[in-house]
Amino acid sequence: MKKVEAIIQPFKLEPVKEALHALSVQGMTVTEVKGFGVQKGIREVYRGMEYQVDFLPKVKIEVVAPDEKVKAIVDAIVAKARTGRIGDGKIFVYPVAEVIRIRTGETGETAV
Amino acid sequence: MNAADTAFVLISAALVMLMTPGLALFYGGMVRSKNVLGTILQNFIMLGLVGVLWAIYGYSMAFGPDVAGVIGNLDWLGLAGVGGEPFKAYSETIPHQTFMIYQAMFAIITPALITGAWAERMKFSTFLVFMALWSTIVYNPVAHWVWGDGGWLKTLGALDFAGGTVVHINAGIAALAAVLVMGPRKGYAGYGNGVEAFIPHNLPMTVLGAGLLWFGWFGFNAGSALAAGTLASSAFTATHLGACAATLSWVGAEWVHRGKPTTLGAASGAVAGLVAITPAAGYVGPMSAIIIGLVAGVVCYLAVLVKPKLGYDDSLDVVGVHCVGGIVGALLTGLFATKLVNAAGGDGLFFGNPGQLGIQAIAVGVTLIYSFVVSYILFKILDATMGLRVTAEEEVAGLDISEHQETGYSI
Repeated sequence: MKKVEAIIQPFKLEPVKEALHALSVQGMTVTEVKGFGVQKGIREVYRGMEYQVDFLPKVKIEVVAPDEKVKAIVDAIVAKARTGRIGDGKIFVYPVAEVIRIRTGETGETAV
Repeated sequence: MNAADTAFVLISAALVMLMTPGLALFYGGMVRSKNVLGTILQNFIMLGLVGVLWAIYGYSMAFGPDVAGVIGNLDWLGLAGVGGEPFKAYSETIPHQTFMIYQAMFAIITPALITGAWAERMKFSTFLVFMALWSTIVYNPVAHWVWGDGGWLKTLGALDFAGGTVVHINAGIAALAAVLVMGPRKGYAGYGNGVEAFIPHNLPMTVLGAGLLWFGWFGFNAGSALAAGTLASSAFTATHLGACAATLSWVGAEWVHRGKPTTLGAASGAVAGLVAITPAAGYVGPMSAIIIGLVAGVVCYLAVLVKPKLGYDDSLDVVGVHCVGGIVGALLTGLFATKLVNAAGGDGLFFGNPGQLGIQAIAVGVTLIYSFVVSYILFKILDATMGLRVTAEEEVAGLDISEHQETGYSI
């Protein structure tokens, strides 16, 4: 099992979600996050005063899936979240040691 | 006595009352989220504090029987004799008590305006003491000079329809005194190596506040006619047009200067226009109101821009909007006032009476000097005795948690 963690542009959440639905992923967790990467921050101006804002709003998606589905999931996110400009985000893939379904106590891939 | 006039002024009093919570939202949206409640409370609590002081002695000091043109005596202490009969020097058609409660709302919002200047750093206990003192020895006398029966600026012929000097210049210059004594917020960028961004945490809240202020301002200005009639209608129209024009001109100025029109600019422009039209509302025609608004939007925007260069940290631009806007309005009243709008008013420079501008300038100058000097001394005394600021640690934690033990937002 792997966890796919993708940090994407907020406005790309909808197409990415649709694509993951089409792959019948078992579930996903979405968080509004802030951060910076290559894009760095932006300038904001309030009543003529200019401020450097270092952290930009992004959306983090987390999906846990069996190993054989991981490539399809990553490909789908890359395809749907890409604009080709800096700031599109990144995807991280981690091994998952265990999954437990709280309601039944099931473990392993059946609990995903 | 006139039932329509009484109803109109009572409704106007309710509208002006709503401006104080409106101001709380206007200011609350502009601070960082850790200070939202502290900022809102400093406005809301004025309803309680000044509301009570006004009934006990404030009204008598400001509007009571005149002593040498400078102050009212205490004959009306505890509202003694302020009842259903009209007091003819103020209005022949509404109960004296109606006039008193209408004026109470002005006395409440004026000190509340100052709170934007020291936002995010003032200690609540000292703030309450300052407000009680300022309301007593600055607001009450100045209100008496300009509006009280026998007040010396009123006798001189100064035109201030709804409070350009008494409310806006008075509060705006006290704000400057406050921030000069108090110093900037920790990390303020206008000072040396400031690193923190002081970004408004909720501009929709600020716009809601600006909307409530605009709405309440109709009671503030049109209500100042103290009668439901043509003068109220004319002041209402001028008020609206002044705000409309300044909204456009502030946004236009920043668009030209910084390349983008902003929501905060629109909200700020509306308030600047309302401030500037306040002294003029009952004396000028609609086209003059538009010109006053256009000028105020640009001048106040420029005043806000020079703040960092002058080095003081007026957190929410009370000086730039209220003091400068009030001065613009008071002086332009001296140009655009005409007896065609209000026979009981006066003519300005453009209507054949150049002397009026001088009288307006005296009223502005006297208010600036008196309010600044007394406020500055008050702040120095409180700084030495109670301390003006929360500790550095409390300032970083935010006023909400350190002064009030609550937070505006939780998961």
